[in-house]
Amino acid sequence: MSPVIDVHKLSKNFGAVRALDELDLRLEAGEVHGFLGPNGAGKSTTIRVLLGAVKADSGTVRLFGEDPWTEAVRLHRRLSYVPGDVNLWPKITGGEAIDLLVSLRGGADGRRRSELLERFDLDPSKKARTYSKGNRQKVALVAALASDVELLVLDEPTSGLDPLMERVFQDCVREAKAAGRTVLLSSHLLAEVETLCDRVTIIRQGQTVQSGALSELRHLARAAVSVVCGKDPSGVALLPGVHDVRRDGERLLFSVEDGALPAVLEHLLPLDIGSLTSTPPTLEELFVHQYSPDAQGARS
Amino acid sequence: MSTAAPPRGQRDGFRDARAAGDLTGTGRLFRFALLRDRLRVPLWALALGGLVGYFGAVLPLAYPDQAALQTRAAILKDPSGALLSGPGYGLENYTLGAMLANEVLGMLAVAAALMSIFLVVRHTRAEEESGRAELVRAGVVGRYAPLTAALGALLVANGAVAVVLAAAMLGNGLAGADSLALAAGVAAVGLVFGAGAAVTAQLSQSARGATGLAGGALGLAYLLRGIGDAQRVGGSTLSWLSPVGWSQQTRAFVDLRWWPLLPSAVLAALLCLAAYLLASRRDLGAGLLAARPGPSRATRALASPAGLALRLERGSILSWCLGLFAFALLTGSMGRTIVESFEARPELAVVIGGSTGGDALRATLSAFLRYFAMAVAVHAVVTVNRLRREEDSGRTALLLAAGAGRARLLLHCLAVTLAADALLLLAAGFGLGAGAASAVGPGAGNLALEFTAASLAYLPLVSCFAALTALAYGLRTGSWWVWLILIASLLIGLYGPILRLPEALLDAEPFGLVPAVPSVPLNGNPLLLMGLTALVLLAAAVPAFRRRDLSV
Repeated sequence: MSPVIDVHKLSKNFGAVRALDELDLRLEAGEVHGFLGPNGAGKSTTIRVLLGAVKADSGTVRLFGEDPWTEAVRLHRRLSYVPGDVNLWPKITGGEAIDLLVSLRGGADGRRRSELLERFDLDPSKKARTYSKGNRQKVALVAALASDVELLVLDEPTSGLDPLMERVFQDCVREAKAAGRTVLLSSHLLAEVETLCDRVTIIRQGQTVQSGALSELRHLARAAVSVVCGKDPSGVALLPGVHDVRRDGERLLFSVEDGALPAVLEHLLPLDIGSLTSTPPTLEELFVHQYSPDAQGARS
Repeated sequence: MSTAAPPRGQRDGFRDARAAGDLTGTGRLFRFALLRDRLRVPLWALALGGLVGYFGAVLPLAYPDQAALQTRAAILKDPSGALLSGPGYGLENYTLGAMLANEVLGMLAVAAALMSIFLVVRHTRAEEESGRAELVRAGVVGRYAPLTAALGALLVANGAVAVVLAAAMLGNGLAGADSLALAAGVAAVGLVFGAGAAVTAQLSQSARGATGLAGGALGLAYLLRGIGDAQRVGGSTLSWLSPVGWSQQTRAFVDLRWWPLLPSAVLAALLCLAAYLLASRRDLGAGLLAARPGPSRATRALASPAGLALRLERGSILSWCLGLFAFALLTGSMGRTIVESFEARPELAVVIGGSTGGDALRATLSAFLRYFAMAVAVHAVVTVNRLRREEDSGRTALLLAAGAGRARLLLHCLAVTLAADALLLLAAGFGLGAGAASAVGPGAGNLALEFTAASLAYLPLVSCFAALTALAYGLRTGSWWVWLILIASLLIGLYGPILRLPEALLDAEPFGLVPAVPSVPLNGNPLLLMGLTALVLLAAAVPAFRRRDLSV
């Protein structure tokens, strides 16, 4: 089965600024894919290229196997989009805006629309001028989720939502996945990506730096170890692959590179271990590690 | 470029399917555009129709017999009269219809063009700038659908204007075919500049820039026909370079001909075509005129509310300044001809507001200086009114939260407005005097210096209008009543003498209260009074702004 999104060596310049530099991105059907990167890395530009709003300078871009620039109209029947910064028409009500956006996609299930309005707790009779940022975001979310589409393109869709609404949103994404839809989720909320996504792509300065299943990526970062020993364990600091050793009361804390753990355990075993926990790296640690100065230095 | 380019042979077959797809969603967006404009467009149409209806009812009272009409016709034969109104045909046997076609058509056409420019930019570039176009285009919407929907709304708006205008003229008992031609002429100018705005919306990255470019083209077109009409009665080559001139050349109510509307139709079609071609070549949200990067640090000058206001307004101030100066220079350079025609026909001077006795040139130019001061007053109201938009967008709250202080914010904005308006007055006065000096040669004294200095006499009055707008902003009443006062003052000042309004009303008109310097000696008392009035208004505006809630 061909991938839903297949981007290969995509480049885009805005004047002298190189926004995308041979970026790669691939989504298989039915997966929820996290799209991560610091501000200005090119996430939104990539999404605009995928939507056919911005033309690629070079590289191949395929959406459902077709070119999103020339076939935008046909392809848009199969996808919904939520931007991170939703701006609405001030004098038009939220309900009217939803109906406009939905009807531009070819209509939707009325029951689903009212169900979503209820779940997101949105009053559709208010004019957009009076909505807060979170409520404008809900308008775009309801419009996107009310249509029966194969692909959801979500560009920081929960910016401005409160934690309760964030939970509703996560339920909706899980339901979409259960219904076999594909989701591209660009987000800064790493916990959100961690709970929802099967695979992630991390980009920096318009280039893909990591892509794969979360479990694979964890190997790239360090595990956090906390240990209490009968005898002094501080010699562990001399072992290769051990970093950031510090003491917290009787506890010794440090981080260990992937693959260095067996040697660390071997060193600690004779030292009368009272307790030992090893936590796999969170996505946040992974992310920070990816952009920390020494990680960049190592690559260049 | 390696995105899907089908083999050459297949391309033509694809093109049809693609061209159809590019317009998908137009109908829905068109209906949505009409929904958004459901109040605006009828208001424009009724205002323009009402103006014509009013003129149709009032002019017969002001010019009850043929002799009176011929007096009016004589003004049009004069270059200065032609400059401000129209080409001047049918002057031998002047009628109400010819008067509308010669003198009112140009004004209506400019209004329709402004309506069209605002409408097209609102539905194209403003949508892209706000990010709403991206949301819309992510639906099943073709690349050209938003532009096509905007052009459709343009057609409807100008159609509505034409219908209401024609109905107003027919209601006044004017000839049917000629009324239709005049209405169609107004709509034709609207269509041309609406289509022009569709092009500038592709060029500029901001809605304000797109409006400015199209508005500049409109100003140029009006100036071209003005100079062209002033050169020869009935118009000359320059008149034929302007879409406004084309519509006036239909000679409605005199010697009706329809073909001068043809170039407008062709030009509008070409501009639409250009807009589509440009739209197909660019990314959503991008302009073809690239935005230049700015400084990465604020200078000391920027770091205050006044500095910020000056920075935001400087482009607008500069273009007003150049525009007023050019127009004043042109008007001034016609001073000699104007005076000669006044000497030949003293009844004209009464109408224009000039004088034949004493220094006729100075008197006439002093009357013109007043017209320029009116334009500067409009600038003052527009500029202070920007405070409302700043507040609605949340930027004012940002400044206040940063510790700017409400009084300081308001006073800085006013200070910048008044400094700019002083500059505009000086530019207009200097242009008028320098133009006249170049036309009459030495011997008339230092006209340039005289008029430059005299222009500042209008600053207290302009300050009053600025302070009045500030008060409306402080009270958050909406600025409609300020506009009402200003427009009433302008209409009475401009048309009062022609319409022979009561003397008491003419005397109460604010611009008439300023001594007509430099032709009459400067009397400081009314100026002092106006300055005090401005201070009182301002003293009321500051606490009013302090006391109320911000809008967001």
